[in-house]
Amino acid sequence: MGSFKDIFDTYNWDQTIESIFSKTEHDVLRALGNTKRDLEDFKALISPAATPYLEQMAQLSRQLTKKRFGNTIQMYSPMYLSNECQNICTYCGFSMTNKIPRRTLTDDEILKEVAYIKSKGYDHILLVTGEANRTVGVDYIDNALQLIRSQFANITIEVQPLLQDEYEQLIESGLYAVLVYQETYHRDEYKKHHPKGKKSNFDFRLDTPDRLGKAGIHKIGLGALFGLEDWRADSFFTALHLKYLQKTYWKTKYSVSFPRLRPHSVGLEPKVEMTDPDLVQLICAFRLLDEDVELSISTRESEIFRNNIVNLGITSISAESKTNPGGYSVAPESLEQFEISDERPTEEITAMLKSQGLDVVWKDWANNWE
Amino acid sequence: MEVHLTSSVGYPKKKENNMFQIADKKFNSRLFTGTGKFSSSIVMKEAILASESELVTVALKRVDVEDSQDDILRHLDHAHINLLPNTSGVRTAKEAVFAAQLSREALETNWVKLEIHPDPKYLLPDPIETLKAAEELVKLGFVVMPYIHADPVLCKRLEEVGTQCVMPLGAPIGSNKGLKTQEFLEIIIDQSNVPVIVDAGIGAPSHAAYAMELGADAVLVNTAIAVSQNPVEMGKAFKMAVAAGRLAYEAKLAPVVHKKAEASSPLTSFLN
Repeated sequence: MGSFKDIFDTYNWDQTIESIFSKTEHDVLRALGNTKRDLEDFKALISPAATPYLEQMAQLSRQLTKKRFGNTIQMYSPMYLSNECQNICTYCGFSMTNKIPRRTLTDDEILKEVAYIKSKGYDHILLVTGEANRTVGVDYIDNALQLIRSQFANITIEVQPLLQDEYEQLIESGLYAVLVYQETYHRDEYKKHHPKGKKSNFDFRLDTPDRLGKAGIHKIGLGALFGLEDWRADSFFTALHLKYLQKTYWKTKYSVSFPRLRPHSVGLEPKVEMTDPDLVQLICAFRLLDEDVELSISTRESEIFRNNIVNLGITSISAESKTNPGGYSVAPESLEQFEISDERPTEEITAMLKSQGLDVVWKDWANNWE
Repeated sequence: MEVHLTSSVGYPKKKENNMFQIADKKFNSRLFTGTGKFSSSIVMKEAILASESELVTVALKRVDVEDSQDDILRHLDHAHINLLPNTSGVRTAKEAVFAAQLSREALETNWVKLEIHPDPKYLLPDPIETLKAAEELVKLGFVVMPYIHADPVLCKRLEEVGTQCVMPLGAPIGSNKGLKTQEFLEIIIDQSNVPVIVDAGIGAPSHAAYAMELGADAVLVNTAIAVSQNPVEMGKAFKMAVAAGRLAYEAKLAPVVHKKAEASSPLTSFLN
């Protein structure tokens, strides 16, 4: 059985950019008019030629999102389990060479953090780690899942890429979804930003969703870290990846996230800027490409941006997130992976959603069926 | 008829690799035909030749595979025509596997159109027996082309056991009613990793063209040609319709113009 790499390797980065930038107004109008849209339409919709049509894209994106998801927004909360990491990632506060105190939560600490998150109403949780296979390997993650599975309806992880049988083991322990962002689909730039550690293996990361699909995971989250490379090309490859996975692992659900580089303790400046209108255009383009895919936005984005984007295609958001292990209650003062932007408490976010006629969904899964 | 576009007026040239492939076989024509219901074997032959179809299904129950001079088989003896034996008449997976093995031996082809319809009235395919037989036949080395309901999940299950294509129906076989299952065909076409051949129900060239415009890889037409007043002309008509539909699909249809959505307050003004 093949993998995404086989398809990916037939594409060329520069030609992809050229193809996106050569899209015309005519292509955009056709993409807007089509009821089914393909990847060429997607290219047109993320191209500069589509920027005059942003409002129309937003209206369509809103309509499609309401049709499929109704007037709802799913809430989730991230929980950092560890900031130990053997990778060097130029943009990350947890990067191995950063001289920061390292912490991996103990069982007691995990439960303390969980109690805080539960008290805010969350039933969907995202567990995050760095990559430190000796101390925070599969067994550590497995233990964490078993420790908290009775308290959450839905557990997602964002950790180092694992092997198929390791994912199978974690699914047994209550794992629902895995987020694995390629960061950038530009092979050489990827290498520059990940010079050391297991993460420097581009192909191993690229084929992680395949291993997840084969393991029978319920949901896979994709994305690129915007700022490393041209956001349009990275988004095209994310969409290509998504379409491939949907066709191959048809029992799995998919989500796409839109992380933009945020300041952290190292302070890498984005190489390629992605503006707010760019990000709105991209979110709408993903919705126009796919009516069913979940689109997620985190607290990296600003208040005003989040207040508006929840009406334009986004289906799930986090709030009041802490990006340091123990950040909620155990060690609130420790160093964060990155600074969040929207710091409003959960109650304020849910009030904002309700005032816009959106129902706040806390629980949308039952993890005791299997 | 090959449809050639004149490059001198700026249209794209006809694609070189417009052929399509099932297993190891390449086809110039995306029209597959059948051999039933014709008024004579001669008319059948003329109609199939006029249609330029390269894959022609034959009901095993209709031919005497022991007889090299069998009337139907004899008339199909042309270099460009590939025979596709079908298992019409069997009611279970077990019978289908048996029939397929007999046909492989006698007709020297490992291709089989898997048809299991226990119901003699509407001839609707049994999904459970079909999946079972498909799995078995793939293991036995057959190129399996299963005739099924337009059931997207079944199509994925068949793909997983290794069928080389799927053949969902447009409407009950022989009904000539067209693409009654359109919604489901569209899902199947959208999801499939193997060729999708719309089989059964296609009653007019316009139906065939429409199936091709939706993105079907091929269509199989029998009754509509065989029972026409003039099967030879109808064979030609289907050939043209299938070619036109495919060309339109590749050229990409112009979008349908929708009425303006109801005006709502601007959603992107916060960006200013």
